[in-house]
Amino acid sequence: MFPYLNVLIILPVVASLVLAVLPKSLSPKVFRNLGRGLALVVFAISVAMAAQFKVGFGGFQMVSVHSWIPTFGISWSLGVDGISLVLVLLTSLLFVVALFGAAENKDEKAYVAWMLLLEAACIGSFLALDLFGFFLLFELTLIPTYFLIGNWGFKNRGKAAVKFFVYTFLGSAFMLVGILSLVFIHQATTGHLTFELAQLTKTTLSSATAKWLFLAFTAAFAVKAPVFPFHTWSPDAYGEAPTSTVMILAGVMAKLGTYGMIRFDFQLFPAAAKSLAPILMTLAVVGIVYGAIVASGEKDLKRIIAYSSLSHMGFIVLGLFALSTQGLSGAVLQMVNHGLYTAGMFLLVGLIYERHKSTDTGVLSGIQAKAPIFAGVFTLVMMASIGVPGLNGFVGEFLILLGTFVTHRWWAVVGATGVIFSAIYLLWAYQKVFHRKDEANRPFAEIKKGEFLAIAPILILIVFIGVYPRPFLDRIDPSVHTLMRQMSVTYTTPANSGSAIGSGVNK
Amino acid sequence: MSPHLLLTFASTAKIALPKIDYSSILPELVMLGAAIISMIVSSLTRKRDLTWPYTAIGVVASLVAGEWSLHLFEVVRSQGPKATIAGAISSDGFSTFLMVVISVSVLLSLLIAQGVVFRDAAKGPEYSALILISASGAMFMAAANDLIVVFLGLEILSIALYVLVGFRRSASESQEAAMKYFVLGGFSSAIFLYGIALTYGATGTSNISKIAQYLANNTLTSNGVLLAGMVLMLVGLGFKVAAVPFHFWTPDVYQGAPTSVTGYMAGVAKAGGFAALLRIFYVSFNTLSLDWRPVVITLAVLSTVVGAVLALSQRDVKRMLAYSSINHAGFILIGLATATAAGVSDSLYYLFAYSIMIIGTFGVISMVSAARGNFEGPILVSDLRGLAKRNPALGLALAIFMVAQAGAPFTTGFLAKFSVIAAAVQSREYLLAIAAMMTAVVAVYFYLRLAFAIYTDREEAESTTTPASGGGVMTEVETAKKTYTPPLVTLVGVGLAMAFTIVFGIYSSPLVTFAHQAVLMH
Repeated sequence: MFPYLNVLIILPVVASLVLAVLPKSLSPKVFRNLGRGLALVVFAISVAMAAQFKVGFGGFQMVSVHSWIPTFGISWSLGVDGISLVLVLLTSLLFVVALFGAAENKDEKAYVAWMLLLEAACIGSFLALDLFGFFLLFELTLIPTYFLIGNWGFKNRGKAAVKFFVYTFLGSAFMLVGILSLVFIHQATTGHLTFELAQLTKTTLSSATAKWLFLAFTAAFAVKAPVFPFHTWSPDAYGEAPTSTVMILAGVMAKLGTYGMIRFDFQLFPAAAKSLAPILMTLAVVGIVYGAIVASGEKDLKRIIAYSSLSHMGFIVLGLFALSTQGLSGAVLQMVNHGLYTAGMFLLVGLIYERHKSTDTGVLSGIQAKAPIFAGVFTLVMMASIGVPGLNGFVGEFLILLGTFVTHRWWAVVGATGVIFSAIYLLWAYQKVFHRKDEANRPFAEIKKGEFLAIAPILILIVFIGVYPRPFLDRIDPSVHTLMRQMSVTYTTPANSGSAIGSGVNK
Repeated sequence: MSPHLLLTFASTAKIALPKIDYSSILPELVMLGAAIISMIVSSLTRKRDLTWPYTAIGVVASLVAGEWSLHLFEVVRSQGPKATIAGAISSDGFSTFLMVVISVSVLLSLLIAQGVVFRDAAKGPEYSALILISASGAMFMAAANDLIVVFLGLEILSIALYVLVGFRRSASESQEAAMKYFVLGGFSSAIFLYGIALTYGATGTSNISKIAQYLANNTLTSNGVLLAGMVLMLVGLGFKVAAVPFHFWTPDVYQGAPTSVTGYMAGVAKAGGFAALLRIFYVSFNTLSLDWRPVVITLAVLSTVVGAVLALSQRDVKRMLAYSSINHAGFILIGLATATAAGVSDSLYYLFAYSIMIIGTFGVISMVSAARGNFEGPILVSDLRGLAKRNPALGLALAIFMVAQAGAPFTTGFLAKFSVIAAAVQSREYLLAIAAMMTAVVAVYFYLRLAFAIYTDREEAESTTTPASGGGVMTEVETAKKTYTPPLVTLVGVGLAMAFTIVFGIYSSPLVTFAHQAVLMH
């Protein structure tokens, strides 16, 4: 069979290396188009992979294992299940949107090369089944992001880039020690040195050790997601990063954190995850409310979305640690949804910045009258973010709250207020920017055809998932069930192969 | 005492000369021989200013020495390790591995130096001869199986280095650095020697494996003398490898020495110092590891923390790298602190990766200062601004060395840090591992600050701070900046270092296995 998974990682890496050695004298257009073409090719391959993916099978598929550093028991092993499948699709799609929608006009060669390297690292992190490989690729995402923020960002980019790097690396430092401890405990009990996830899940751990290791892993994921109170790098990084980077940062890389929780925290330390779930859920709820309150007070559109993103990531974490099938399925679906609408919002705000050189809600005004289509597009994405029924945000949030309500009622009740809050701050901001009368009467160009085409996939998916989430849930659910079986959590709903909304609403 | 008596004494006591196994010390002899040949050739030729013949001799010598060390490694692998020359030299995986490291370091250093140093102060054979001599000293330290031979190697290495540090005779900072290094170095050598004496007193032998044997077979009821000897040796070698709190000379010497010497010193002097440290403590005092491990752990933690924290506030690039080298020394000490074979092999791997990286780094920096028009003098972080624009190749190389030193994935630096941390975790030193990782985070900050400066435009930064200057001198420097083309040999040296760092970062298995086997065979 075609080695989809390896190609998905190696192709962008090779492409970025080739770009790096191409002469700089070529026209920037060449680099731009090469980048766009390659992103499209990677997207096409990931779609082909999705077509090959066997629906209804919960385990890993297309597994590829190669020995890499045998002395340390390190292998290069990749595999895809329903959870990573949708995230890989999201990643490859968002890179296409980012490269088409938000072109940089400074040193495009380096910009495209870094973007492609970042794409490889993100996709690789979702596919890695070897803890060493995962850690390597997870860390590799930092370097391109650092340079993308540092070189193409806004005014305070230097500080923001360093803050981003140091914070996330600090989290990873704990995870590294955690990974190594787990591997050596495994070696001590079985006599077998390996970094493979499938082997390590069988490690017998004492409950205290498992808790410490869980915390070490979660430190990295909580910073990346970000979970309150480990979020302080994110408003700065989101605010200063160039449009394309922030789309990836919030759309894809934040999901690395929550994905890591599912893949590693839950699979490796199920008992610890269960016993520490209330703490994580409390942090998630605090994050939901806190993010919403701060977003209400912010004046800058980018920072509003940054805090709104924090608030919404709280929902995902809440759904995960509710440890019910609906909660988990909803959280995974919401990871895709959040990626779509957050990236869309950041792209649109980037377009506003291009036109007005400002993202201040106090300065921007009256855009609706001048650019009605632009306003319409913005409204749709915003409504998805608020969670209006019929759009994708609603499906995910509904499943999460449902799943949480079954197991942890009060967390769900407090968390649900976040939905109302997000309506308040987003509509406030929308009203100011789009409907307030523009005294200065500055011109605002309508959305261009290219820009519209770039964001169109996001719009289509927002509506599609909102109306018909089945194709996604059909792929996510079996893997969630497999995971739940591994964690041996009692099912909270009677045997039902689809999740509540998948089978109930749409049948 | 009459001369007559002396004569009878000499005639009665027959000294049995040991059989000398030249093959096992061939790398050292090649290095020394090349140095001597260089001096002889220079005295036979009229053109005193030539440098390339000596570089060529050195390059050939380091290639031969490296190749022979690899051959010895194979021999050890097939026939097992052995102690030769009356047990004073050991030919094992450990020594041959380090000989390879030192040979490669010498090769790269000479290539880099040919293009930059010789344009400044050094003419003639001395520079490469001294490099070769010091390398043979470091190799002797790696191969020594007797504390006296360790000391001899240490002195051969150090004395050549004292001269190299002061090589820019006209520059006062170079003189100052040499003086500091010499005085403190002499002091630490004396401390080390005192340690040897006390150890000899306590165990009755100076042979490293016999000390181990003695300690394994005997339990000392009062081992104060032995412990004192051990601590004194740790202090003496701690100075050589720049471990905190014996690091105070490092920033001044690194800053004052000619840049390419700094790179060489950071690589090879560390390799020699760690060779002795690892062998003495891991082999001789293995049974006493409960006594020395806490001390080494303390040194490791102090070195990583102090190195990283003090590097943060440095504005001078060479001083910053000096503190960062202290941080690296702490990481290498972690491998020793575990007192396991895995830990020592991780230290060896780290040494190899680090030597190559640091030589490459200082190679680029020496080219940057050459491009500036004046060869030496302080290089501030702000001087690196816009390097990527002025000279993309140099900018990229320095950026790669920076991220590699920071421990970025797919460079040798990543696996180096990863494996020592792994060793610490494996021996359940969780706090040590976490403390070291924290300093790695701090280190990332200052490495990236440098990498970031490289990619920031000078104009962009300067337009806000200083008004455009229009002095005559300034324009001259400006033109020098524009017309500078990096010398090819230096580029080759830096390119090889970079290729090593990246290729073995991705295809890491051979190098890891090499270091792993090196420790298994001692």
